[in-house]
Amino acid sequence: MKKSYDVVIIGGGIVGCAIAFELAQRGRRDVLVIEKGYLTSGATGRCGAGIRQQWGSVLNATLASESTHIFENLEEYTGYNGSCGLNQGGYLLVAYTEKEWQQFHKNLEVQHSLGIDAYAVDLDGAKEIVPHINTEGMYGATFCAKDGHADPFHCTFAYAKGAQKLGVDIETYTTVTGLKVENGRIHMVKTDKGDITAKLVLNCSGGHAAKMAALINEELPIFPERHQILISEPVAHIMNPMVMSFHRHFYVQQTPHGSVIMGIGDPTEPVSFNTRSSWQYLEENAHIVTQTLPAFRNLRVVRQWAGLYDMSPDRNPIINEAKDALGFITVAGFSGHGFMVAPRTAILVANHLTGQEDNLDIKRFSADRYRTGELLLEPSVV
Amino acid sequence: MVINGQDIKNQNTIVCRCEDITRGYILKCIEDGYKTLDEIKRVTRAGMGPCQGRTCRQLIAQELSRIYGVPMEDVLMTTFRPPVKPISLGALADAYGEREGKA
Repeated sequence: MKKSYDVVIIGGGIVGCAIAFELAQRGRRDVLVIEKGYLTSGATGRCGAGIRQQWGSVLNATLASESTHIFENLEEYTGYNGSCGLNQGGYLLVAYTEKEWQQFHKNLEVQHSLGIDAYAVDLDGAKEIVPHINTEGMYGATFCAKDGHADPFHCTFAYAKGAQKLGVDIETYTTVTGLKVENGRIHMVKTDKGDITAKLVLNCSGGHAAKMAALINEELPIFPERHQILISEPVAHIMNPMVMSFHRHFYVQQTPHGSVIMGIGDPTEPVSFNTRSSWQYLEENAHIVTQTLPAFRNLRVVRQWAGLYDMSPDRNPIINEAKDALGFITVAGFSGHGFMVAPRTAILVANHLTGQEDNLDIKRFSADRYRTGELLLEPSVV
Repeated sequence: MVINGQDIKNQNTIVCRCEDITRGYILKCIEDGYKTLDEIKRVTRAGMGPCQGRTCRQLIAQELSRIYGVPMEDVLMTTFRPPVKPISLGALADAYGEREGKA
């Protein structure tokens, strides 16, 4: 670690590592990534790692769809000699209310306008895709065969190793202890391993982003929210797609390795940095999921854990430069879908920071939208 | 294979029986720059199977201890997560039903 860098990135999750790689690709290689644990030790390594193009807003569908194209070739794209574990088994989104079913049809119009190959199926159609699904109470479902799942560890390591090959430094087990502003610009990052001066500092610290911004007295509406998840022992393959319900707040996916990974959202979960597991969650998740997928009753859970969503008020990312600390840019607030949009978001940020054009307008992601009311509304989130 | 000046033998020995991970693969990860049990677990899946690392955790810790020259007790452990042993979703779902009076 040197004493001075052009760019310091705080956070070694997929967002920080992907931005480091994209910056280096564009010639900004004097970059340091700081991570307080090991790479992926925050939200990235705890997430479900689903990749879904079936979104209801043009912006999210675009980010996710263009990111999917990168995930499809991530090993070649980054020069990684491992496998990023992409499995495009599709997503089956099931509708449990009439309103949800109508929304799905509106979402399909958005998706079709962007060339995303998703379609609606009736209950028999859903059973053709997942033969053991219980369709009781369902109105229908939509399916996109190119949706899927990747390995969050290997995807992040791929970006990190690719960035390192281009000259980026990565310091793990290094904690930020302070930030220093000089003449209205960010000047220094203080860490437990020493102080580093930088022209640009990118705050990619997920659920900790507001706390980090508070170090320069910037207030950001990003708050941490615990989400719990579990995984089973590996079993023979019986389900290719991710099955997901917004109404019942669950998602279930069988990985190529055979284990089944699933999680539920809890609308009453309080704002906190709590990442402990609870037995109540374990029972509730089992109850909800076995209603829709009774075949999984015999499946044995081997591990449960929890991680933090970095929530924003409109559940979409905030890309924002601090007004009183120019050069301090937050890229966080992904609200549970950061993994799947990280590749395209990193390109957007890197294009902006290297003066290159981008057909997406980065200003739309500014936190100013909460003042002007130009929110990034998304009807379909878990 | 030589790591840190040490000649490594018995590379085909299975270290993680749940996921069929050999000693050679673990050492390859260490050679690739992964420094902790947490990282090696995530790269190789060692410790993610039904026994949750009961066998391999100490064996991998031994390799890290030897190669980096740190005492065993200073090797950073992974988080021990519930459940203690595998338990079926059906049993858990029934417990939810009893708790909520929906059995």
